[in-house]
Amino acid sequence: MSLDRGDTGVTTETVISAKGLNLTFQTNDGPVHALRDVDLDIQKGDFVSFIGPSGCGKTTFLRCMADLETPTGGAITVNGVSPEEARRSRAYGYVFQAAGLYPWRTIGRNVSLPLEIMGYPKSDIAERVERVLELVDLAGFEKKFPWQLSGGMQQRASIARALAFDADILLMDEPFGALDEIVRDHLNEQLLQLWDRTNKTIAFVTHSIPEAVYLSTRIVVMSPRPGRITDVIESTLPRERPLDIRDTPEFLEIAHRVREGLRAGHAYDD
Amino acid sequence: MRKSVLPVLTVVAAIFVIWYAAAVWLNAAWAYDRAARAGVELSFSELVADTWSQDKPKLPAPHQVAVELWDTTVDKKITSKRSLVYHSWVTLSATLLGFALGTVLGIGLAIGIVYNRVMDMSVMPWVIASQTIPILAIAPMIIVVLNAVGISGLLPKAIISMYLSFFPVVVGMVKGLRSPGVMQLDQMKTWNASANQTFWKLRLPSSMPYLFTSMKVAMAASLVGAIVGELPTGAVAGLGARLLAGSYYGQTIQIWSALLMAAALAAVMVALIGAIQRVTLKRMGMAE
Repeated sequence: MSLDRGDTGVTTETVISAKGLNLTFQTNDGPVHALRDVDLDIQKGDFVSFIGPSGCGKTTFLRCMADLETPTGGAITVNGVSPEEARRSRAYGYVFQAAGLYPWRTIGRNVSLPLEIMGYPKSDIAERVERVLELVDLAGFEKKFPWQLSGGMQQRASIARALAFDADILLMDEPFGALDEIVRDHLNEQLLQLWDRTNKTIAFVTHSIPEAVYLSTRIVVMSPRPGRITDVIESTLPRERPLDIRDTPEFLEIAHRVREGLRAGHAYDD
Repeated sequence: MRKSVLPVLTVVAAIFVIWYAAAVWLNAAWAYDRAARAGVELSFSELVADTWSQDKPKLPAPHQVAVELWDTTVDKKITSKRSLVYHSWVTLSATLLGFALGTVLGIGLAIGIVYNRVMDMSVMPWVIASQTIPILAIAPMIIVVLNAVGISGLLPKAIISMYLSFFPVVVGMVKGLRSPGVMQLDQMKTWNASANQTFWKLRLPSSMPYLFTSMKVAMAASLVGAIVGELPTGAVAGLGARLLAGSYYGQTIQIWSALLMAAALAAVMVALIGAIQRVTLKRMGMAE
């Protein structure tokens, strides 16, 4: 068993590390503290979910990791270097809330877009596109255009696009937020399998407690005004997770803790 | 398609009725005048027949214009100076060159405005100011100045055309190149894409619907520019020359046939762009 890497003696490697991270936006209504004193280490192979109400800074934190936002204080490293260097070395794939596929490109050519930008050789691109489309269960849809696919399939294609280049880190900002519950369950299951097979480090922003508990090895509970981390919950669930694990007492126990954490964050606010 | 035929025909029929009625009304004075001098009384049917067949009517009847159009297009050799096809080609060539120049200039300025902060702040007011100057005032200047440096013929007219047609392209393309959302631009950033790659792979394809829409407006403006450019050149050839010569000699039928020819030309060119637009956007999966 290698469920708990700490116990088996496998050296843990910190992939993302934030220390005393602060981000203040200057607005017309005065400064807004999007993030205050955020400390967090994410280890290699972790699946970390960020959960909290709107305005708690979970997306902002993710954007800091991706160098889409610049912190105003504190330190953050990705793969041991600054987020900007990590971005330039294409260390992560980022999946946005909307699939954002280009309507004028086929699914295959959408997936190959980052590869073209990164200058992969043509033969390599074809091989990679085929492989990642297989991985997200979209083999055979290469020649289709985005509008010919359902919302869930489009989001899978956008995940394939983020996987196409060999980034070890996957940053996902509410990727399934706009999808219905049934499609979402299915994609959650697939995402876990994918994580298991590829051993990527995943940071995942969500609004949904069951989704966070089902997917994660760690759940980071955040709360707003100022945006901060109020609780970090280590999941005791096994790595192998069928969908009906969500009815087990263990699952409900963790979900309860997350809910308590969210409520505590709100009480602080009132 | 079939549903729209009846309303369109109704409108066309209404236009013809009004046109014929207006011809009777406007040309009646001349008909009465002539009848009085000849000392005859005009019955209503004689009046109508006369007003619809005068040589230099105030308003020619549609069939007179149609006959003139037929005579000057089908019956004349296109090399003849009296052929409307020849004059149309003179104007069209200036229009097309001006349209091409205007589109290139417009796209170029739009790229500058979108990518360069200084240009963004400084160029747009000038672009707008350029369109507030009446083209009739500036067209002779352009002709005279270019003539002084030895450039005459097609190019001065094309430049006046360009002057009118670059404007809709700039405005449309600035909007089009800025149409990708924050998310799509962030996405490019996560892939560490260069400004060049973002332009060719995201901004330019995104702007295509805007480009075609503004090109339709630009084409119509180009034709106006070419015709206006022909007015101060001493009226040698072109639809503008026909209009000018027609008004010198009171040849209203000739003026109206040149007008209709210009309108038809514009309609055909705009329809052509529309067809290219439909095919291109459909192939790009961006058809509305």
